[in-house]
Parts: sequence; C-alpha cells; structure tokens
Amino acid sequence: MEIISVTNLIKKYGEFQAVNGINFSVEQGEVFGFLGPNGAGKTSTINMMVGLSRPSGGRIMIDGIDAIKDIKKVQRMIGVVPDENNLYYEMDGFGNLCFCASLYGMHKAEREKRAGELLEQFNLTEAGKRPFKAYSKGMKRKLTIAAGIIHNPKILFLDEPTTGIDVESARQIRELILDLKNQGKTIFITTHYIEEAERICDRIAFIVNGRIVKMGTVTELMENLEGEHKIKLRSDCSMKDMKGELENSFTDCRVEIPDDNSCLIVSKERIALSPLLQLLDSRGISVYEAKEVKPSLEDVFVKITGIEASKLKNEKGKAGK
Amino acid sequence: MKTIIAFWNILRKDIENYYLKPPNISWGMIFPLSWTLMQLIRSPGNTGISELLPGLMAVSVLFGTTSMLAVTITFERKGRSFDRLLLAPISINTLVFAKILGAVLFGILNAFVPVFFAAFFIDLSGIDWSITVIAVILTAVTSALLGLLIAVSAREVFEAQTFSNFFRFPMLFLCGLFIPVDKLPAVLRPISFCLPLTYGTDILNSMFTGNFMFNTIFNIFVMLIFAALLFYLCQRNIKRKWIL
Repeated sequence: MEIISVTNLIKKYGEFQAVNGINFSVEQGEVFGFLGPNGAGKTSTINMMVGLSRPSGGRIMIDGIDAIKDIKKVQRMIGVVPDENNLYYEMDGFGNLCFCASLYGMHKAEREKRAGELLEQFNLTEAGKRPFKAYSKGMKRKLTIAAGIIHNPKILFLDEPTTGIDVESARQIRELILDLKNQGKTIFITTHYIEEAERICDRIAFIVNGRIVKMGTVTELMENLEGEHKIKLRSDCSMKDMKGELENSFTDCRVEIPDDNSCLIVSKERIALSPLLQLLDSRGISVYEAKEVKPSLEDVFVKITGIEASKLKNEKGKAGK
Repeated sequence: MKTIIAFWNILRKDIENYYLKPPNISWGMIFPLSWTLMQLIRSPGNTGISELLPGLMAVSVLFGTTSMLAVTITFERKGRSFDRLLLAPISINTLVFAKILGAVLFGILNAFVPVFFAAFFIDLSGIDWSITVIAVILTAVTSALLGLLIAVSAREVFEAQTFSNFFRFPMLFLCGLFIPVDKLPAVLRPISFCLPLTYGTDILNSMFTGNFMFNTIFNIFVMLIFAALLFYLCQRNIKRKWIL
C-alpha cells in the first residue's frame, strides 16, 4: 500500500531550482533511500515533506492526507531526524527526550517511561543525566534519532543519519533502522553513502541537480550493468605496457589498468582465461590472481550520474562504514 | 489536552532554560534596581519616587521582554532547535503564545522590582493595582510582540540585539518617560503616538501621579489594537520567514 506519494514536486529559491518536478511513491513498511551528492535536492525534498519548507509546486500526499494543506495532521504520524542535531544543548538527554515527547501531547508518566526505554535501547542510560552539549558526535546523533521516534511515528524521515559519526555508532544506527523496518515502520532516508543505501534500502532513487535520474530496487538498478563481464588479473610484474597488446589481441575486450600490477578486462561476452594467461605468460608476466568483478551499486551510480562515488563519500565528513 | 501539554512544556522549558538562569535573574533584578537607585540618588528625598516609578516600571518591562524573546528565539533558530518546535503537531499560534507568555511573565516580574523597593519609601496603598497590573500586562504583551517581530527578522543573535536597541532607545525618549509628550518638538509628537509604550506609560502615570494625556479606557483600547496589529504582523512574517 502506497503511504507517500509525491507528484511533480518543485522547490525554487529565487532563480535557483533546488527540486525540479520530481515524482515518486513509497510503500508502507519499506525503506526508501534518496541517494545523491550535496546540493542534489535531498534535504529540500525532506523539508517540504515534513513541513519545514513550502513547495513552489506539486503535491505531497502522506497516508492519504495532503501534506501541503494539512501538515499539522501529517506531523502527528511522522518522526523527523534532520541532518543536523536539533536538540537543546543545555538540557540533559533525558530532559530532551521528555520535552520532545511533550510536544506530541504525551503525559508525564508515559513520556518518562518511553524516554527511559529509548535511552536504554541506545546505550545512553548513563549519559541521560548529562547535558546534550557534553555528548560525543555519535551520542548526539543517537539521541537525536531517539527524539525523532519518541512518539512512535508511523513514518520516519532520516536525513543523512550516519554522516560524521564513528563506525560503531553508524553500525548501531543502521541496525536500528532495520529494526524499525521490521516493526513495520516506513522509513525515508537520504544519504550520500552508496554502501549504506545498498545495505538498508528496499528501493533507491538517485537524485542529481533536483531531478530523479533513476529509481528502483537494488536488483533493478543493477540491471543497468547486466551483460558486462569483468575479470581482474594481478601479477608481481608491471602490466602497464600490456594494455595495447591485450586490446589488439582481444578485440572484443576493453582493458583498464587500475594500478601498476593489475589489469581489468571488460567484455560483453564471457571472458575465456586461458588465451589471456598464455599471452601474458609468453611476455614473462606470471598472473597469480584472476577474479571476476561483480558490478556494485556504486558502478551503477557512476554510470547513471557520471559522478564519481569517491567524490560523493568525501563530501561530508567520514561516516563509519 | 495534547495542545495544552505541548504549550505548558514549551513555556516551562523557556522559563527553566532561559528566564530562571542566574544571569537573567540578575539582569531582571539588577537592571530595574540600578535605574531605581540612580533616580533616587539624582532626586534625594522621597518626593520624586511616585513620579519616577511609572517610568522605571515601563523601562523594566520594555528591556526585559524585548531582549529576552528576540535573543532566545534567534538563538534557538540558529541552533536548529526551533525546527523541533515547528515540526511539532501544534499550530503556529500555540507556539507563538507559549514563547510570548514566558517573556510576558518575565517582563511583569521585572516591572514589580522597582515597586517592591519603592514600597519601603513611599505609601502605595492608594494605587489602583488592578488597572496598574493591566497596564503592565499590556505593556509586556506589546513589548514581547515587538521582540518577536525582531526575532522573525533577525538571523543572528547580535542582529536581534542590534534591532532591539534600534527600536528601544528611540521609544524611551519618545514615549513621555523623560520628556512629557506635549513638550516634545511638534515633528516628533506623531511618532510618539505611534508607540504602544506611550499609552502604557500614560496609564501608569495616571495611577502613580494623577497626570495623564488620555483616559485609561482609551489607553487600554489603543494598546489592545497595538497588540492585535503586532500579533497579525508577527503571524504573517512567521509564515513567510520561518517556513521558507
């Protein structure tokens, strides 16, 4: 069942168009990922969906409610974790969670019970008595996520949840996302970490310059690279000078030299190893490793968007992978 | 009920996090106290205290409310914690009322600091306290709304402070606190009549000294109009500038 439906959504800031008529829908209970570089329109899209920004055009329906006309009704059923921590620095962890719960009308006993449970779930029980400003980055992120789910929302919006935090915290957050999915929550997540999207999302949309350039399940997206076979060969000797000869001898193959001691053979047909190894052996190059390279989501992203994945990763701090 | 819980907790959070912090308590106490002592030193004897009290009360309310609201909201917006309030399923009006009420209560308390000290020197038993409290509340409400209007326009805390002073200091000199409005140059008098503080001060003057320009009902009516107008402007600007 479709729980989020976005039609021809547009956001303009003066002359600049941040979101350019995008369309997508999210099924109930799925993890839907928005993957794209900085400035692609990810946060602008989330902000319009949760009521922090007004769309310049288009329509957003969340659980059958028009989110542009009746955002306060929508806000009752959604939880939002923004890209920057937005809790109160002077208040302690427990106080922050209780305050956030009170904004949803939860009674004192109910919000204190829930805050205690979440602190325990996130291993923050001890830290719950300390002011938020004394937390590490990972702890701040975890508490911000706890604040986003304090009222047990039906849909959770996570804007770059693992950016700039340590490996262990990032792993815990990914586990939590999968745990929430298992509880039947719908999760809309933006990220610029391809591996993260591949690991936790049911469906992914690639967004570049305010436009969705490709959308589908990981398997569907991978179909873009189907029919391409890759073999990586490694040797003790330099393989740099062999590129031309290999391409001349195997005309249906493309040869790439990723580093001095290895070469990548790419072909539309299955690659027979024997003639390759024979040729290299006759030139005094002993191959000690040959392995088939499976296409990854990163390859799909690079092929579709033309953006190098390494650029995407380095844009905002280092996430724990 | 859910709205009341949210409203009360926003108010309580502001009071605990901002208004009850030692620097603000001391500011709220020391500022009116300094003004009172300064005026007492300037006018020895107890003869001038009744004349000074309305001005001291009005100044205390004006400075307490405008600064606090403008600075705290800008601070929260800058730190993104204000987004949490905008994401809550409560109306903008509920949010604005909760934010204003903290500043109004702070302003009212500030106003009665000079009264507390004056009570040791002069007899205040003949004062109509109900009208005085109404005047203080209306002055606090209009000043808080002015602070909110500043908060909506400012992006940085220093901008909020600068804007606040830009409005407050001219108001001090034009509202009849130091120079009676009828003694102001003719060209400045219309500006004076456009300031809500003029009417609040006029009510307080009539209560403590018996001197006034307009009758109390008229002053209350004008202040209510100012409050409604400022509330409308705040609401319009919030929708334009906070939900981009």
